Amino acid sequence: MSVLNEWAFVGVFLLLAPIFPILPMGAAWLFRPSKPNVIKNQTYECGVETIGDTWVQFRVQYYIYGLVFLVFDVEMVLLFPWAVAYNQLDLFAFGAGFLFIFLLADALIYAWKKDVLVWK
Amino acid sequence: MECVGLCDVVLNLGVRNQELARFLASLIGVLLVSGVPLLTVIILILAERKIAARIQDRIGPNRVGPYGLLQTVADLLKLLGKEDITPTAADRILYNAAPIISFGSVVLLWAVIPFMYWNTPEGAANAVVGVNLEIGALFFVAIASLGTLAIMTAGWASNNKYALLGAFRVVALLVSYEIPLVFALVVPVMFAGSMSLVDIVEAQSHMWFVFMAPLAAILFFISSQAETGRAPFDLIEAESELIAGFNIEYSGMKFGMFFAAEFLHVFTNGILMAVLFFGGYLGFFYKAIPPLGFLWLGLKGSLIYFVFLWLRNTVPRLRIDQVMNFNWFFLVPVSIINIMVTSLILKVMQEMGYAPTVFAESSLIGILPLTIVMLLKDAIIIGFILGRLGQEGRKARIEATHAEESLAAAAAGD
Repeated sequence: MSVLNEWAFVGVFLLLAPIFPILPMGAAWLFRPSKPNVIKNQTYECGVETIGDTWVQFRVQYYIYGLVFLVFDVEMVLLFPWAVAYNQLDLFAFGAGFLFIFLLADALIYAWKKDVLVWK
Repeated sequence: MECVGLCDVVLNLGVRNQELARFLASLIGVLLVSGVPLLTVIILILAERKIAARIQDRIGPNRVGPYGLLQTVADLLKLLGKEDITPTAADRILYNAAPIISFGSVVLLWAVIPFMYWNTPEGAANAVVGVNLEIGALFFVAIASLGTLAIMTAGWASNNKYALLGAFRVVALLVSYEIPLVFALVVPVMFAGSMSLVDIVEAQSHMWFVFMAPLAAILFFISSQAETGRAPFDLIEAESELIAGFNIEYSGMKFGMFFAAEFLHVFTNGILMAVLFFGGYLGFFYKAIPPLGFLWLGLKGSLIYFVFLWLRNTVPRLRIDQVMNFNWFFLVPVSIINIMVTSLILKVMQEMGYAPTVFAESSLIGILPLTIVMLLKDAIIIGFILGRLGQEGRKARIEATHAEESLAAAAAGD
């Protein structure tokens, strides 16, 4: 049942996928009551008004995790072609990939020793 | 380009234009493929509630229809009539887009899942599948992270402090657990020599990958539980601390969409794990009676889904620092070591001629030595880990008793 133009299928799916959640939400829009008032539409907080701005800066810790993740993610994208070709690789190409994973592990050890991975 | 599969059927029905036929075939294909998750989600919600109830020694929904079967329908009708409250402070566009992205992305995941075996002409996929992408595994990772994006969007757009805290945790947690997930994914890709999910299933026709890489399967299992944000990793919506986390401001059908998306994501992860490690549609008579393959896939996926639920309902929630430490100091190193050792052993055995290079064309006998060695390797690694954990645990317990004794001595000294 393969549709030959593969990405056309993904494209059609990408266009149709949002429709599935939109349909019930649209149906709800038809049926539901709508009686907004000022107090009801306030931001939810435990009985008091929100103090200060909500859209604050992220803590720097999250950025560090993001950076470490980025390192791993980019290296993983490079690892996948190696894994796909793995069964046809000769020893040299295999060794190159192995060294690459080793460098990856090295990055982890560096981050570990630098204590950036500890949640503070 | 020629026209096979559904496209051929559409051509025979009298549509002359080939381009149009291809488009129509895509459209029908999408509707068929997405019909599966959309129908299952209705059953899933009931199944989840029933199983959770049984584990917690309750009965669960049993009033609406026989055995409570119509409970989901009743819930749906209730959600339709619920007032939808959009806080004035929220970013309206993003606020409304988040549930759409969340549910849409999970449905989109089903595009690459092979449902059953199908004997097709040369060059086409040997399976009933939405689309046999050559990079199916990467497609899965990419689309799954769209869900993360949706949760972040929801948390940020709600303009609520609880929701924002939930979004913060999503950034840290889901992003971190993607690393062991993808590392575990490399192992089946390496065995099959392809990222296409159909090829991965075919490569398992003599031996399921779970027997060759149980450690990778366990890593995949744990990190997908974290990716869906469920207990013990459910601190993105921690009810008791963040009320509901990212979806605190959502009500009515928009909340329902988040709800359904989460259930469906867990089940999709179960199905994906079945495809990657448990042979997908492979089973008895899957070639002779293709629909039976669909049943096997559903059965395996449901079993894994049940284990997901089991874990969710028995394990308490972890603290954020424990979760992060567990990932960075345990899962990531173990998954890197797993990849290194697995690839090394496989290459050595292939060079010595004890392991096949094309798994699908091998036989049970041909693949047996590799399986035994791989099983041994994983047993050694898991044994080592458990030994270390036991040691650490004993050390911690001894320290705790020492602290208690000294406290008691101090109290007696007074």
